[in-house]
Amino acid sequence: MAALLDVKNLGISFGGLRAVNGFDISIEKEELYGLIGPNGAGKTTVFNLLTGVYKPDSGKILLDGQDITGKKTIDISKAGIARTFQNIRLFKQLSALDNVKAGLHNKHHYSTMAGILRLPSYRRVEKEMDEQAMELLKVFDLEQEAHLTAANLPYGKQRRLEIARALATEPKLLLLDEPAAGMNPNETGELMDMIQFVRENFHMTILLIEHDMKLVSGICERLTVLNFGEVLAHGKTSDVLNDPQVITAYLGE
Amino acid sequence: MLKKLKTMKKTTRSSMITYAIVIVAFIVMQALTYTGNLSSLLQGLLVPLCTYVILAVSLNLVVGILGELSLGHAGFMCVGAFSSAFFSKCMRDVITVAPLRFFLALLIGIAVAAVFGIIIGIPVLRLKGDYLAIVTLAFGEIIKNLVNVLFIGVDSNGFHFSTKDVMGLNMEADGTVIVNGPQGITGTPKDSTFLIGTILVLITLFIVINLTNSRDGRAIMAIRDNRIAAESIGINVTKYKLMAFTISAALAGAAGVLYAHNLSTLSANTNNFGYNMSISILVFVVLGGIGSIRGSMIAAVILTLLPELLRGFADYRMLIYAIVLILMMLFNWAPKAIEWREKYLSFGKRKKEAVK
Amino acid sequence: MSFISYLVNGLSLGSVYAIIALGYTMVYGIAKMLNFAHGDVIMIGAYMALISLTQLGLPVLPAILVAVVVCTVLGVVIERVAYRPLRDASSSLAVLITAIGVSYLLQNTALLIFGANTQSFPSVIKWSGVSLAGGRLNISGVTIVTIAACLVIMIFLTLFVQKSKPGQAMRAVSEDRGAAQLMGINVNGTIAMTFAIGSALAAVAGVLLCSAYPTLDPYTGAMPGIKAFVAAVFGGIGSISGAFIGGLLLGIIEILGRAYISSQMADAIVFAVLIIVLLVKPTGLLGKKIQEKV
Repeated sequence: MAALLDVKNLGISFGGLRAVNGFDISIEKEELYGLIGPNGAGKTTVFNLLTGVYKPDSGKILLDGQDITGKKTIDISKAGIARTFQNIRLFKQLSALDNVKAGLHNKHHYSTMAGILRLPSYRRVEKEMDEQAMELLKVFDLEQEAHLTAANLPYGKQRRLEIARALATEPKLLLLDEPAAGMNPNETGELMDMIQFVRENFHMTILLIEHDMKLVSGICERLTVLNFGEVLAHGKTSDVLNDPQVITAYLGE
Repeated sequence: MLKKLKTMKKTTRSSMITYAIVIVAFIVMQALTYTGNLSSLLQGLLVPLCTYVILAVSLNLVVGILGELSLGHAGFMCVGAFSSAFFSKCMRDVITVAPLRFFLALLIGIAVAAVFGIIIGIPVLRLKGDYLAIVTLAFGEIIKNLVNVLFIGVDSNGFHFSTKDVMGLNMEADGTVIVNGPQGITGTPKDSTFLIGTILVLITLFIVINLTNSRDGRAIMAIRDNRIAAESIGINVTKYKLMAFTISAALAGAAGVLYAHNLSTLSANTNNFGYNMSISILVFVVLGGIGSIRGSMIAAVILTLLPELLRGFADYRMLIYAIVLILMMLFNWAPKAIEWREKYLSFGKRKKEAVK
Repeated sequence: MSFISYLVNGLSLGSVYAIIALGYTMVYGIAKMLNFAHGDVIMIGAYMALISLTQLGLPVLPAILVAVVVCTVLGVVIERVAYRPLRDASSSLAVLITAIGVSYLLQNTALLIFGANTQSFPSVIKWSGVSLAGGRLNISGVTIVTIAACLVIMIFLTLFVQKSKPGQAMRAVSEDRGAAQLMGINVNGTIAMTFAIGSALAAVAGVLLCSAYPTLDPYTGAMPGIKAFVAAVFGGIGSISGAFIGGLLLGIIEILGRAYISSQMADAIVFAVLIIVLLVKPTGLLGKKIQEKV
């Protein structure tokens, strides 16, 4: 079976600095895959390359057989990659419900005129969006907070809302950038369950960046380790984590 | 009736209240006029009030909902005013039914302003923040400048244009000047009425409120709150920015049409179509609460009426605007003031979910 | 010959723009804000000089000094009262709108105190200038002094920012405010100092502007202020040499446009330059590229 995400020789330079070089990754459908590495290794840059925030200066990205290299963020979203951000980027002044409904933007349509004139199509589609968004909020245990302004949610819930919004775009591949950052062990445990649930119920393929080794070893099946912008190791989670090279990279010489 | 009101969605109820305020205000003013209780000064202010309300609400679409600062809003009002006044003056004796003539003029004013909105919006909206603000200011001044050097006349051979003076038009003896450079257009039919103004206010509110609460409005606000996240979920940032900007420009054009058909002489200067006007509109939006549609409407009315009602106060009007602007910004946006408000005032919370 | 004389006039006007643009660009570079009221500080400076000259009967240099001192204090007070509280506001529009408010406040205060009437500004430079090419090219004293003043200020500021301790603090704050604070730099003081320098320059610009175009009213500063901002953007905002080059070019464009295209369209031409520059090279001629962090 062909991989869902197939990346070959991806690279980008900023000024003279080679931030990512010769990056390869291959992720199967419904796999839960981890991308780890020390701070500044270029993990978030890889996400930015995959989602079109940066244009790669070398390499190729195939999503489900479709070449998405160098495409615009909006087209990549339509092709089926959704993401969360390391520093949470919610629509702060919108309610939790509207954040998710914004994620449904490209899945439900009615014309601008229908919206202004409140035509039947407006009422019907808005109702569908409300229902679908509420279901997603339920998955992340946020239905109580549906009408609260996103900025007023506690930190852990904001992180979960961001995942719900990403899922609303019905992606093929979900990228999570440090989903457990700033969470206590309890919250991290809940989050791990939610990620597992999403993978099973939505048949989702997930690539995540994480520093919390408990989460990584707990749910990721395979890992790629990045160091100084280059791939240090690929493989099964337990193998990679016991690789002496990887341990050195993390702990120093 | 009351029960029905309670079961409505919060946003729907809020917009119903907004419409009700406009209709009640209209009825009260009409009643006062017929019973002779409204001074002629105030009667003269009714149409301008509608103009300012439309301008404030339409600017709020850009500043509050889209989150970009436009300092050239008066420019769109200006093109709406001049294009429609030009049409009405030409058609003065051709179409004699005033409401029909006004309706056609309105369509023209809106269309021209919308076209300018698109032409200006496409390059401008690539910029951000301060730069966007200063470029809209530049466009507003250019429009005012161009209108002031525009001469158009008509004679038996058709239209003549010049950017120099009336002589430059080279007209036959039977020609008449329609647009006379800095003197502008004189003899526009006075087709604007308070009723028409009120209807336009209601339509403006209807468009802006319903747009805000629709799929497109959500996309626009998503861009305001976080452009990068909006892109990441597949929202077309350019399209929606341009949509908000163009609709706002078109509505400002409608305000210009209303304004032009309330005056017999229309000329462009700093106070009506220049920078000063753009800032006055901005003051309405800021005072009413950025993002609050009803707030900008009420602020526009109060800030227009107050200086007129308190005679002698007029000299201090702009000074007070300035102080109000500074204090409102400090009170609403300074992190320390926000902290203080959340501590001591319970209504601090309400502000956050502003968008009506 | 008329072309050369336009060019010289353009250089002179451009020098005034450059001095004002320096104030804009320094404040923008360090406080990351567009100080919309900067142009109106020029107007206040000119009024102060006018009062000192006519009502107090002071000689020229002390009169300029009074203008400089008043504007410096004014600039620092504005920063402290209106801008500093908003420095960490969640929206960058907040401080811009406040600055517009300050601009209006200054204009309308001047309107109430000095009246709306245009006042004529006495010539502060008595020197009649030089006559070249057998009298076919006359360059007035004001023109020469303005260009010279601009050059001196520009050289002095560059040295100050590059070599002096406070100048280095300014560069550090402009690079990274948080890091500068951690390094023990007094960020508030540095920003206040930047406003002080910018406002002092505005006072000088006000006197020079009103010497070349000897009329003064409460709105005198607004247009040159906005145009100087255009100049700062043109040259690359945040860059001192950019403000200098942008100012000179804009002055020349304006005077040549006035002479050869249309005098009524001169302002429109200047604004068109701004729009074109921002669309083609948003960072200006000498500006740095800034990439948004994701």
